Amino acid sequence: MNEEGGIVVTKLNDLMNWARLSSIWPLSFGIACCAIEMMGMYASTYDVDRLGVFPRPSARQADVIIIAGTVTFKMAERIKRLYEQMPEPRYVISMGSCSNCGGPYWQHGYHVVKGVDRIIPVDVYVQGCPPRPEALIGAIIELQKKIEGETLIKV
Amino acid sequence: MDEVSQISEFGKIFIFLITGFVLVGMTLFLSKLLSPNKPNPEKLASYECGEEPTGTAWIPFNTRFYVIALIFLLFDVEMVFIFPWATVYANASLIAADNRWGLFTLIEMFAFASILILGLVYVWRKGDLDWIKPTPVIPTTNSPIPLSLYEELNIKQAAFKKILITEQNIVIPHNEVPAKPVVVNKPMFKPSFKKASNEPGNE
Repeated sequence: MNEEGGIVVTKLNDLMNWARLSSIWPLSFGIACCAIEMMGMYASTYDVDRLGVFPRPSARQADVIIIAGTVTFKMAERIKRLYEQMPEPRYVISMGSCSNCGGPYWQHGYHVVKGVDRIIPVDVYVQGCPPRPEALIGAIIELQKKIEGETLIKV
Repeated sequence: MDEVSQISEFGKIFIFLITGFVLVGMTLFLSKLLSPNKPNPEKLASYECGEEPTGTAWIPFNTRFYVIALIFLLFDVEMVFIFPWATVYANASLIAADNRWGLFTLIEMFAFASILILGLVYVWRKGDLDWIKPTPVIPTTNSPIPLSLYEELNIKQAAFKKILITEQNIVIPHNEVPAKPVVVNKPMFKPSFKKASNEPGNE
């Protein structure tokens, strides 16, 4: 639609994908030091609100869960439950080495889950220890690209 | 625009109402149609920040908070009335029209606030702001040993300690050799500061 007014013809599929990717609401959930970078991303310096990313206090309102930090076995149970309580369509961003593969705890960390993808399906991985907020913004843009390619009817 | 409208003013509102209901209904229907619906017991469980929900959400709540909530509501509503007042108070154009406006609005708001404060004073005087504390009952037992016995023992103990201290004070000087005149020792280490340039090998 331009300044003179008019109409836009689109497919329902594209409209829905556009609506979904323009308002990716993450769950306010941080488990370790990566969460500090995640908070930095939400704050005014990086202002991720311009991408429609706005942290939600409840899993019922969230579209994406950012696993920001070391996933211990104690926390894994909670993460699984939180993920289950999110409504579909739901996405997961694994942020940082710890949640990607266990990070510095990959060998001797008896208490660390070796990658959050062992408990929930991960859509986007962000490498870094911790990743900078720019990297996480990159992950959100990647997720937007992924959502853009979705189809309403699975063939 | 001189034509007589077919729809009365109420009719227009009726059309607005119908449009509103239809639009909201359509949105709800569309979301029902398009949104995925995959309920499972885990998803339907209460959200407790990832913790396993235990017990029921219906817990007894102390009724004492009810009064606090009511009084809060009183002053909350007062705030709502003060906001529109703040927009017209000291309005330059209104004061220009009648210079009594500023004073009048100020007095008016003070009168309004004081009526509410009167309510607060009433609540205060009635004692509704007092937090009702539980009155614990001190348990009593029938013991053959009277309480006065403990007190007697305590007094006796305190007296014994006093004697011990005073005895020490008296006895020790007798046993000891008369003390030498106290010599004030000079500190063994005397701090002195040298300039770095004077020290050999220190640059």
